[in-house]
Amino acid sequence: MLTANTLKKTAAAAAITAVMLPFSQAQADSYTVDIEGNHAFVQFKISHLGFSYILGSFEDFSGEFNYDPENLENASVDFDVQVASLNSNHAERDRHILSEDFLDADEYPTATFESTGFESTDDNEGVVTGELTLHGQTQTIEMPVTLLGEGDDPWGGYRAGFEGSTTLVLSEFGIDMQKFPESMRELELYVTFEGIRQ
Amino acid sequence: MWRNTRSGWGWVSIALHWLSALAIIGLFALGWWMTGLDYYSGWYNEGPWIHRSVGVLLLLATVGRLVWRLFQPTPHAEGGRFEALAAHLGHLALYALLLVALVSGYLISTAKGGGISVFGWFELPATVYGFANQAEMAGTVHWYSSLTLLVLAAGHALVSFKHHWLDKRLTLLRMLSARYARRNS
Repeated sequence: MLTANTLKKTAAAAAITAVMLPFSQAQADSYTVDIEGNHAFVQFKISHLGFSYILGSFEDFSGEFNYDPENLENASVDFDVQVASLNSNHAERDRHILSEDFLDADEYPTATFESTGFESTDDNEGVVTGELTLHGQTQTIEMPVTLLGEGDDPWGGYRAGFEGSTTLVLSEFGIDMQKFPESMRELELYVTFEGIRQ
Repeated sequence: MWRNTRSGWGWVSIALHWLSALAIIGLFALGWWMTGLDYYSGWYNEGPWIHRSVGVLLLLATVGRLVWRLFQPTPHAEGGRFEALAAHLGHLALYALLLVALVSGYLISTAKGGGISVFGWFELPATVYGFANQAEMAGTVHWYSSLTLLVLAAGHALVSFKHHWLDKRLTLLRMLSARYARRNS
């Protein structure tokens, strides 16, 4: 319903947008991952003794990226993940994964990814190279990513969204999986996220 | 004989006391042992299953025990006023630590919203869950409260031996038989 109050709010929003416009155009390629709307997921998939898979996700993280279709070689992405936010829908298993046996979240509370390069491979496809720090160990990884979509959203913002996945060998991050079957020594990391242009 | 009197404990209190003692010592030993088990141990799932189930039963029994304690007479304390006060505070601490240990254990297993199955007979649902690091924090509280409870319970046992053999009082015998509840003090 239109009331004097909502009209006032709309006018105020328009005024703010007008003032902010030159600023947002100046930084047209900088995006913040939409954490508030939870349009972002960091998930993993690892074999359980070769019988099935355990799926889980990290629920507390933040990210930002730079993406300009005209300037793809400068694309970059950074993520900070709070390791203790791991959730696999089983409190005692989560506690075990976060213990010294695996991720040791007390000692290494955050995992980070900082990209160092991007190579476009096809329309909407590319490979991000970067430094992944997990369990206190930093390794260079490559992650193929796909641009899923970009454009105006219904709420006055501009969004771009991606997905990517890669395989991590746990021993490279100092996580000892020797006593487990071969199939458990690596996991698949999957991320999908959309960012709101700043 | 079921009920307490001012001169002694009835069978309900005596049974609850010794069943609790057995369960507490058993839970502590099982908890200690099972947390060190290898993933490939045959007891890796079975141990915690028994620990959780017995823990929930003890929690329910303890709530019943406290209700019984509040609505029943408490046998008079022997010894001086200071000794009686110290005994009273010690018993309060035992009850408090027991409740903290039981509730914190419950909060570990239910931290993600799943309930606790008690020997497959019934399920105690989760009530407080989803807090950041809940399982980890509850786990820390569970360990320290359980350890403190065991140490205090050992002191409780030693003092009861002192009352029995050195002070020649009925303290220990009153917790072993309800016949003392019949005597007039």
